[in-house]
Amino acid sequence: MHRYKFVLYRPLQFLPVLFGISIITFVLVRLIPGDPARVLLGSRATPTAIANIRAQYGLDEPIWTQYFYFIANLGQGEMGKSILYKIDVLRLIATRLEPTLALVLSSVLLSVLIAVPLSAIAARNQGRAPDQIVRIVSTLGIGFPAFWLALMLIILFSVRLDIFPVSGYGNSLGDKLYHLALPSLTVALSLSAVLTRSLRGAMVQALRSDVATAARARGMPESIVFWRHVLPNSLVPTVNLLAVNIGWLIGGTVVVESVFALPGMGQLLVRAIFSRDYMVVQGVAMVFACSTVLVNFLADIVTVALDPRVKQ
Amino acid sequence: MIRQATRTFQLPWRRIFGGRATLVAGVLVLGLFVGMAIFAPLVAPYDPIFQDTTARLVAPSWLHPFGTDNFGRDVFSRVIWGARIDLQIAVIGVAFPFIIGTTLGTIAGFFGGIVDIIFMRLVDVVLAFPFLVLMLSIIAILGPGLSSFYIAMALVGWVSYARLIRAQILVLKNADYAVAAVSLGFSRTRIMFRHLLPNAVAGSVVFVMSDAVLVLLNGAAISYLGLGVQPPLAEWGIMVAEGQSFITTAWWITLFPGLSIVLLAFGFSLLGDAVSDVLGVTE
Repeated sequence: MHRYKFVLYRPLQFLPVLFGISIITFVLVRLIPGDPARVLLGSRATPTAIANIRAQYGLDEPIWTQYFYFIANLGQGEMGKSILYKIDVLRLIATRLEPTLALVLSSVLLSVLIAVPLSAIAARNQGRAPDQIVRIVSTLGIGFPAFWLALMLIILFSVRLDIFPVSGYGNSLGDKLYHLALPSLTVALSLSAVLTRSLRGAMVQALRSDVATAARARGMPESIVFWRHVLPNSLVPTVNLLAVNIGWLIGGTVVVESVFALPGMGQLLVRAIFSRDYMVVQGVAMVFACSTVLVNFLADIVTVALDPRVKQ
Repeated sequence: MIRQATRTFQLPWRRIFGGRATLVAGVLVLGLFVGMAIFAPLVAPYDPIFQDTTARLVAPSWLHPFGTDNFGRDVFSRVIWGARIDLQIAVIGVAFPFIIGTTLGTIAGFFGGIVDIIFMRLVDVVLAFPFLVLMLSIIAILGPGLSSFYIAMALVGWVSYARLIRAQILVLKNADYAVAAVSLGFSRTRIMFRHLLPNAVAGSVVFVMSDAVLVLLNGAAISYLGLGVQPPLAEWGIMVAEGQSFITTAWWITLFPGLSIVLLAFGFSLLGDAVSDVLGVTE
């Protein structure tokens, strides 16, 4: 169990990063030109309302005191109210969490299902035609803009074939998954291109490792060498790759949610930018940043669980 | 039998053209777009923002190879003019982060100590934010537009370069030639930028190409969302957004600008692979 000791002390190492995240999100809103109170309330605000906001956020006090208030409010789970939705930002984000989380999870699952077989085919046929085809396809795939790919999939699967819905999010679980099919396919196609490019390399190395050579020397057929030794050994790099690319993945979901009108955090962010709902922008940025830190932490735990040799 | 792996990135036509096929293909693709951008007024058959009200939503034909959009604008001409803006997005969007990141990374790696700690903590924090989310948040503050995009790029994109260069400098500053330069009494600036940086920069030059792909995609995505380049300017991301309402009837408005992004990105990737081959850098 001592291998898992880092689970206890690692969060302490996150403190500087979380402190930095809080400073950046705090500064973001203070950088808006003009009086923050007026910006937060909109141009039609009454002088009393502005005075109230100034008092509430302590805007007439020094910046250090303001930051202290920001952190104190955050400690109580308050990040200010959304102008548009009139409710507390964190509560608003909580209602938008599910579609985004579902989209991220289904995209990751789908992209692993695409990338692992493709990398395996490429690695086992290293240098030959299948390898080259996989390589060209993945090189091309990295350059596919998510918003455009989404529209092309809509033309094919929704307009021409009429299999999947164009946009929206359902109510029941089955309906939700049905609505998530095209969005997660869009994200997964791009993500699997990134994964394949790196995973192929990891598998090529695993195929040449001493473990694989020893297995072959004992007369093991190549297919068993692959399933028993190569594939499990490329799981750890996959998990790490997914963790490294989580920021990129979240960026993809922001765009894809907007195309498919999925009511998640990404769509909330884009709408908030257009309606100058700065508190929401601040809140979403902070929640996304903290999720990235959390995902990297979880990936470390999974890595230790998957590979007995790893010590953090 | 398991063959020896040669290089990380290798494309099939590599053996043609004396092993430099990836380079040739990359240069050709990029050259095509650079040519389109420079000679847009000569090559484009129509004015990219001229609205021909008699020719709305015309399907691809000899007269309009890529069709026309709902305003009667020629999509082919708009794709050609779009190369100007999208190439500019990729080049400027990479140049600022490269210069800032390389400078700060060199300083952090060379001086070490408290300077290094401060810069690297900052890098960690910026990297904790999903790239596009931080970009969008900054653009939200600055207001939509291409200049906001470049400022946001400069503020966010430098971290990857700083990290890459710093790691190199940390190793190189103990090299014999660096120690020799110190003992010869050269100034720190001279050692940093004349001796260490040229040897450390190879990895970043390769990264520039794959970064250009990401910058291009992000720039187009931000314009698609309506927060970057503003209409009626011809830019591929906006063109896709403008064609979105017509995908059931006029697919050509969205198809061709998107394909241009894919092809330009492919060109950058090919060139990146070729450059990493030439410089002998593995990612």
